[in-house]
Amino acid sequence: MSLDLDEITLTYPDGDGRITALDRVTLHVPAGTCTAVVGPSGSGKSSLLAVAATLVTPDSGTVTVGGTPTDSIGPAERAELRRRSLGIVFQQPNLLPSLTALEQLQVMAHLDGRKPREVRERAGELLAAVGLTDQARRRPHQLSGGQRQRVNIARALMNEPSVLLVDEPTSALDHERGAAVLDLLARLTRQRGTATVLVTHDRAHLAVADEVCEMVDGRLTTAGPSRDTAGGARYTPTPELDSATDNSSATC
Amino acid sequence: MFVAWRDLRFAKGRFALMGSVIVLITLLVGLLSGLTAGLARDNTSALTGLSADHLAFARPPDGQAVSFTGSTVGAEQWRALGARPGVDSAQPLGISTVNAEAGRHTAAVSAFGVRPRSGLAPDTTAPGTAVLSQQAADDLGARPGDRIALSGTSLTVSAVAGDASYSHTPVVWIDLGDWQSVAPGGQRSGEQATVIALCTGDGADLGGADRAAGTETRTVDGALEAIGSYQAEDGSLQLMRGFLFVISAMVIGAFFTVWTIQRSGDIAVLKALGSSTPYLLKDALGQAVVMLVGGTVLGTALAALIAVFVPDSVPFVMEPLTTLGPAAVMTVLGAAGAALSIRRITAVDPLTALGSAR
Repeated sequence: MSLDLDEITLTYPDGDGRITALDRVTLHVPAGTCTAVVGPSGSGKSSLLAVAATLVTPDSGTVTVGGTPTDSIGPAERAELRRRSLGIVFQQPNLLPSLTALEQLQVMAHLDGRKPREVRERAGELLAAVGLTDQARRRPHQLSGGQRQRVNIARALMNEPSVLLVDEPTSALDHERGAAVLDLLARLTRQRGTATVLVTHDRAHLAVADEVCEMVDGRLTTAGPSRDTAGGARYTPTPELDSATDNSSATC
Repeated sequence: MFVAWRDLRFAKGRFALMGSVIVLITLLVGLLSGLTAGLARDNTSALTGLSADHLAFARPPDGQAVSFTGSTVGAEQWRALGARPGVDSAQPLGISTVNAEAGRHTAAVSAFGVRPRSGLAPDTTAPGTAVLSQQAADDLGARPGDRIALSGTSLTVSAVAGDASYSHTPVVWIDLGDWQSVAPGGQRSGEQATVIALCTGDGADLGGADRAAGTETRTVDGALEAIGSYQAEDGSLQLMRGFLFVISAMVIGAFFTVWTIQRSGDIAVLKALGSSTPYLLKDALGQAVVMLVGGTVLGTALAALIAVFVPDSVPFVMEPLTTLGPAAVMTVLGAAGAALSIRRITAVDPLTALGSAR
């Protein structure tokens, strides 16, 4: 199951006129692959993610999630699509303060009308997959930043989504924890066959991606694979992105 | 209610504080309801306990409402009403508040004058005798066989029966002839009474009967408004109860408004994760109902406990209607207040869970 964005245009009101956040964006993310979208702040990366997550309706173009076109469905069907086919890893962990790590995952099943105890085993397996078995009964304030982000990732995978949308997953983490989280995402993408979109402004994260796309001023261009056949870094930023960013330390 | 239950446990301090407010308001409403019912009983039980379904008053002058103090009916009127089709019985009833003496004891009592075998008094009355309600007997320290004086008229206590009370004074049942000499105004000319107690059957044309007899007939419940003190007293207490209900709904609404605003970030996340708006509304309303039910049950239990220790001298009635009724109204109005507050859940934008759009 893939994610397809076809000729997406999105504008926002801006004073008397409108500002273009996404300009005829087309993106195809096959199952089991990770596509990184890199670009500077304000380039439209989060708008792209919001459209892909069906949280925003584009002015034109078609979003297809796991084979389901979303342009002709209502809010209730979109919510159902988000529950069943989409997993979202938020920039901030966004965990619910009253729920334990295990319950953060169980609530996903409850939202979908299933009994939380029926999915306890699966939730436990996912927590184990992100290395949090011992923290299952801890609430967010009892977890470290990295642990919270791992719960965030496990929650996104709870309903076995066909599409995983990841928004700046390491922004609140130090380098070592950030690298671990990215490795985990890449591994889970391949193991579970999800179509993953990784939005980042940090080029150091691109090594985990199969494909790299650049977003500059609302336009998306495919920059090619992040690695060469030998696994070495291959991606080189285009001059447009280089001039739009000030990230001289970024590498791929 | 997966999230709601856990929120209740997690934010137990905030919910306990709000729950305490509900407990206290319920307790206050419960006590006020018991007092209202008790005062109403003291005011009206002699009338509501009558074996009659309607009371006929003398028709008041145009523009005036019927009242017990202003009504005087004559023998021709109760005979006329008694002769109407559908009227099973029409019995005169004299009502007046007088001073009673028994030895060194004195007390204000309501003298209810009835005809022998009218069925209105709890025991048989006869000229020269009085049937005391239990409270009247207690106040006067009188027992059957004792002599009492009502406005100077000496009567023998024939029985102590019932607990009838009228306008906050205990009732003394006497013969209608004696009542005519006891009632303020002294000896009355001819047979007179205050109202006529009617027992009616199917097909009684009370409108036609009123026109023919010059009376105005009310149901017994409707006639209670003709007791001047009852209307003012009950109206004030009911107004206080009403305000408490409204205040309670507003306080609960304010709490859930703040609570919903505080957790709007969590709501945005749940929406972004695919939660439907009805799911979130049900969750939040369920949380409100749990808190309301818990608070009202505890408040009602406390009111019931306090009622046990209320002295007999305090007019207080603890019945299902005066305890469970207000609790149910509190819950319904509180839930309505909460529902109005949590509707802002529908306005929470899930996009905010993603952070600002770039």
